[in-house]
Amino acid sequence: MSKELIAVAMSGGVDSSAVAAMMKHRGDNIVGLTMQLWNQRRLPELATGEQSGRCCSIDDVYDARYVAQLLDIPYYVVNFEEQFEKSVVKPFVDDYLHGRTPIPCTLCNNFIKFDQFLEMAEGVGARKIATGHYARIVQDDETGRYQMLRSVDSTKDQTYFLCGLTQPMLARTIFPLGGHNKSEVRQIARDLGLPVAEKNDSQEICFVPNGDYAGFIDAYLKEQGAAAPDLAGEVVTTDGKVIGEHSGVHKYTVGQRRGLGIAARDPLYVISTEPQSRRVVVGSNEDLLTPKLEARDVNWISIAAITEPRRAHVRIRNRHIPAAATILPTSDPSRVAVHFDEPQRAVTPGQGVVMYDRDLVLAGGWIV
Amino acid sequence: MPRFYFDHNATTPVSTNVLELFSKCLAESYGNASSIHYHGQQSKMLLEQARRHTAALLHASPKEIVFTSGGTEADNLAIFGTMRGNARRHAVTTVIEHPAVLNAFAQLEREGVAVTYLPCDRQGMVSPQAVADAVSANTGLVSVMHANNELGTVQDIAAMAAIAQQTGAVFHSDGVQAAGKISVDTGALGVDLYAISGHKFNAPKGVGALFVRKGVELNAQQFGGMHEQGKRAGTENVPALAAMGQAAENAFCADSSRIGALRDQLEHGIKERIPDLQFNGVNAPRVPNTLNVCFDGIEGEAMVISLDLKGFSVSSGAACSSGAVEPSHVLLAIGLTRQQAKSSIRFSLGLGNDEAQVDQLIEAVAASCAQLRRLSPTYV
Repeated sequence: MSKELIAVAMSGGVDSSAVAAMMKHRGDNIVGLTMQLWNQRRLPELATGEQSGRCCSIDDVYDARYVAQLLDIPYYVVNFEEQFEKSVVKPFVDDYLHGRTPIPCTLCNNFIKFDQFLEMAEGVGARKIATGHYARIVQDDETGRYQMLRSVDSTKDQTYFLCGLTQPMLARTIFPLGGHNKSEVRQIARDLGLPVAEKNDSQEICFVPNGDYAGFIDAYLKEQGAAAPDLAGEVVTTDGKVIGEHSGVHKYTVGQRRGLGIAARDPLYVISTEPQSRRVVVGSNEDLLTPKLEARDVNWISIAAITEPRRAHVRIRNRHIPAAATILPTSDPSRVAVHFDEPQRAVTPGQGVVMYDRDLVLAGGWIV
Repeated sequence: MPRFYFDHNATTPVSTNVLELFSKCLAESYGNASSIHYHGQQSKMLLEQARRHTAALLHASPKEIVFTSGGTEADNLAIFGTMRGNARRHAVTTVIEHPAVLNAFAQLEREGVAVTYLPCDRQGMVSPQAVADAVSANTGLVSVMHANNELGTVQDIAAMAAIAQQTGAVFHSDGVQAAGKISVDTGALGVDLYAISGHKFNAPKGVGALFVRKGVELNAQQFGGMHEQGKRAGTENVPALAAMGQAAENAFCADSSRIGALRDQLEHGIKERIPDLQFNGVNAPRVPNTLNVCFDGIEGEAMVISLDLKGFSVSSGAACSSGAVEPSHVLLAIGLTRQQAKSSIRFSLGLGNDEAQVDQLIEAVAASCAQLRRLSPTYV
């Protein structure tokens, strides 16, 4: 009997193409699958003419298929558009309308790539999947627990978005790029003659062209026949003084400085958005600083749930440098309190929070 | 890994004697069929022989055959050739047509024609009474497919054609999935127009024909030379058309009972081995090669991939441009839920299949189905 079948998630980009090529060349038995997640022909008013770097464009499927053909591996496009809209796009829109800043990549990982895709892979006979994510998985010999580590290339590390992966998911996932630098991956792709070796990295949120999420939300609501709710309201200071008006709370994120349209002596920042009253609260940079936070729906990855305080480095945004903190158990086992050594800027409800011990990813959750 | 092909409604392999003639013509018969000289005459002779064979398959006269580049062009020529410039501004078709017809009618709508889309029952049958209720003195065209590509159900074309013609409407039938599978007698059916595609009955891709009953007016939709009695300009693809003629002759003489027996073997085998399924569109007249099955609790897409990795080519629904699949509009039209439609698989048999292959297919389907159901959150 031949080696066990492994499904490679192929997006048509350089990373997942390199994964497929590396595995094929080391003799793995692989099948390439591309997830069709979003129909780019929807919401035509957002069309930019620029397709590359956006998910599920015809070009990306073309590239993935071409790479599969060069590697002589079986290859299929699988359709998850319905699940993607339900589990990622709708919550994305909903979050903004409720004054939260969503992270769709995490939802996509939790509910599509490491859930639906894993199931699809098993359905076609592949117990394990491989993806082009930058992260590492190791198994603890003593406990048998799967642990996640940051990728060797710290600039590409994607553990922030992978913090929802559970033990059963980790047991069946391979991240072949976790030990490589991006430049090495490109070189591997070049050496193997992959046509996508010089392709640009994907940017922003894959289904939102040009990062214009407010435009996306307006267009999506219009397509759904849902009248865009009136989200215009007042801009107020932290002490409640009305200093201006805005055209929609969903256009503002915590920590934002530009685009307020209000002249002030000192720079103004968005401190919070209040969807109920449709108010955007602004203040000084100092007002953005927060000494602690609470995380909900905590997923313990490399260690079991803590029962006593533990030192950690905590990341509150993808680009945030993990800050020294103490994490403390609460009466609710699915929640932890995080006390930072130094106050952190723009702690945003609804964003993911990931706790590290050096490279080890301890746990991930959502900021309350 | 041996490969087995069970997707003959998508396309068919080219038969041996068809391939021989095709290759010979490609190599030798390069003359333009419109030329006066020897080379032209050789091609013209092959072309007219192909026309005679194609006409025979449809029980038609050779003069009633217009060659096209395939089924889509034949359907488009029938629909636009009848309705463009027609004083009658209403047309009728059904919800279960192939996109070659449905999207042509959508274009007619954009051009100002009112279109009635007839529903079907749970077996995929369209009622002749529905045609009678839809047509009026303003109806220019009624178009109903003869056999459905996904279910294989065969419509009562003769009854519908008679009803349509009583009001003076032209009757077209998309016969792409019928020709070569069942006997097609354009006289008995009473159709005015009838479209076929060569590659559905073991000819190469890229050739088809439209039957145009003598006396039926049809406006050309592309302009150039006076080929095909002025109805379809463009130098004829003689090798492929000659091949289609040979395939038509083969099909005319073929015994479809062998394919029907294989289909029945498959149907019984699946029924015996696998619980919780339903056969779509079986309680209706149907072509002998098609079997459409809904397996509760599985994703058809995963089943197709799983079977493909085992060496079996089957189909779950209409493929779109990126290669991903959407639930079939035909299965939705017969009242299946989206989930049921996505859980359905189409098996379509052809000349290359035999009993041993069908037995292996049954085994593979049973194994894949069991595997997928074990994982399914909806199957308990």
